[in-house]
Amino acid sequence: MTIASSSPPSRLPLSGTEGARTKPGTEPGSGGSSGGDGRLAAVFIAPALVGFVVFLLWPTLRGIYLSFTRFNLLTPAEWVGLANYDRMIHDPIFWESLKVTVEYVVINIGVQTVSALAIAVLLQRLTQSAVLRGIVLTPYLMSNVVAGLVWLWILDNQLGIGNEIIAGLGFDRIPFLADETWAIPTIALINVWRHVGYTALLLFAGLMAIPNDMYEAAKVDGASEWRMFWRITMPLLRPVLAVVLIMTVIGSFQVFDTVAVTTAGGPANATNVLQFYIYQSAFGRFQFGYASAMSVALLVVLSAITVLQYRLTRAGQTDLG
Amino acid sequence: MAAVTTTTTTRVRPTGRRPLSPGRVLAWTAMGAIVLVTLLPFYWILRTALSTNSGLAAHASDPLPVNPTGTGFARALGLESTKDAIAQGGAGGGLKFWRYLLNSVIVSTLVTVCQIFFSAMAAYAFARLRWRGRDKVFALFLAGLMVPTIFTLLPNFVLIKELGLIDNLLGIALPTMFMTPFAVFFLRQFFMNVPREVEEAALLDGAGKVRIFFRVLLPMASTPVLTLAVLTYITSWNDYFWPLMVSYSDNSRVLTVALAIFRAQTPQSGVDWSGLMAATLIAALPMLVLFGFFARRIVSTISFTGIK
Repeated sequence: MTIASSSPPSRLPLSGTEGARTKPGTEPGSGGSSGGDGRLAAVFIAPALVGFVVFLLWPTLRGIYLSFTRFNLLTPAEWVGLANYDRMIHDPIFWESLKVTVEYVVINIGVQTVSALAIAVLLQRLTQSAVLRGIVLTPYLMSNVVAGLVWLWILDNQLGIGNEIIAGLGFDRIPFLADETWAIPTIALINVWRHVGYTALLLFAGLMAIPNDMYEAAKVDGASEWRMFWRITMPLLRPVLAVVLIMTVIGSFQVFDTVAVTTAGGPANATNVLQFYIYQSAFGRFQFGYASAMSVALLVVLSAITVLQYRLTRAGQTDLG
Repeated sequence: MAAVTTTTTTRVRPTGRRPLSPGRVLAWTAMGAIVLVTLLPFYWILRTALSTNSGLAAHASDPLPVNPTGTGFARALGLESTKDAIAQGGAGGGLKFWRYLLNSVIVSTLVTVCQIFFSAMAAYAFARLRWRGRDKVFALFLAGLMVPTIFTLLPNFVLIKELGLIDNLLGIALPTMFMTPFAVFFLRQFFMNVPREVEEAALLDGAGKVRIFFRVLLPMASTPVLTLAVLTYITSWNDYFWPLMVSYSDNSRVLTVALAIFRAQTPQSGVDWSGLMAATLIAALPMLVLFGFFARRIVSTISFTGIK
């Protein structure tokens, strides 16, 4: 068995009931010596474990601690109990930025999931050209900064080709990133452009696990492509789709780069997404305690969404086999 | 074991040659539109980078470069005198492009090489070695997958500051240098699927476990390792938030941060689009070239494994 030949659902990080396969004693090479490979394992695991504890576990605990303190980096953190959380609940900008973030996530994920699914199905049913798959992936190679700058130029009010075309067709120019109503949808779509190919490839991996005979049999029965999509593709792809959705939603909530280079939170806080507000509070006003409290809030929101999505979409189960 | 690369050819195409139906024409049209939307911005970067700013203002929708010139690139590379750059509507501040490029290369290389190597070692220990508490430690690593990056950024910044590594390339690299839960998870999956006979044969030949890891298993894992390495390199190269927090001067400024600063330096009225797009292209080019080299293998690996 290789990576390539087993089914994608079991490969995705969140779908695992992996523990079941790792019971001690089932793996090869232990030669029956009762001591196991303890010493060697300790050496092999040490660097990763140090990195894990120092840069992931410890910061997580420390972030929670800092959220209960007043801390400006210069003087030691001072315990203030729930003051930061109290302030957060009464901070209209926090709620506004949460609202803006949710708006961004809904547009970003909605458009991206539908487009990625369409691209994946086209790649599966139309052609399996590796060249096309490579092309679809190219925007993913760009940084968010580059993607933001390019679209800032294309959508420029005066000289951007996007607005030139709109004007050429006889419509009014649209101030995509300078207008309160347009800014968030525009940023959401820029990030769709960058990420949709990657998401499409993940879904394509799921589609490849669906046995081809199913389509052949359906075709013999005279089913249309449309019908096959709803009766075969969608039900069988559901577990993969669910996991991809959870991953992309978590990523989407952490939008920062594109906002930072295109609108910097403006106009009038219209694109002040939560992560940008956290950054501003920490590095603009040196309120690390308050910024940490908002990070904890974001963590809670993300965990709740993950659990909810996992439940709703029954991500752990597969309809295959 | 070579299945990762050969699956492309062994898979049966679901659709054979069929006469063009209206539906297929429509589907191909949609595919064409997708390719167009994907690739046109890249052409537009090139076209803008090769134009002059005055030419862009006069012929905004001209599909070809206006008054083709290399001054945009000269400005982005810091080859033009400050006076000329300002005359062109460019940034007044100096731009140490080669320094930023070097910084990006150092950080990305350090992160990729160390992270993949250490993660592979840990993955091997999780997949093939017997030790007490293994499943518990692995469960902890898995839980680490759930913690969003943003959450650890502020405390990590405080830690890096305490270590005195602010404005230092090591400070940028350190948090992802040792491992990511995903890299460990992904490589463990591969090592678990290697048939036990392979290892037993090597043991019979008298090889120790360390030797088996370096001489047998690691080479066997070259395709997943390569894919993971390229994706890690791209992620590290494109990272903006963390380097922005840690770097304050040219000493540790990487390309993404420099690019955003270059943008901020250009005048708000009459932005230096030509210079900015040239800089954008130069910043993106190394990843396009890297991907060009490994595209086939990477695309196949992602397509068939659903690597995250």
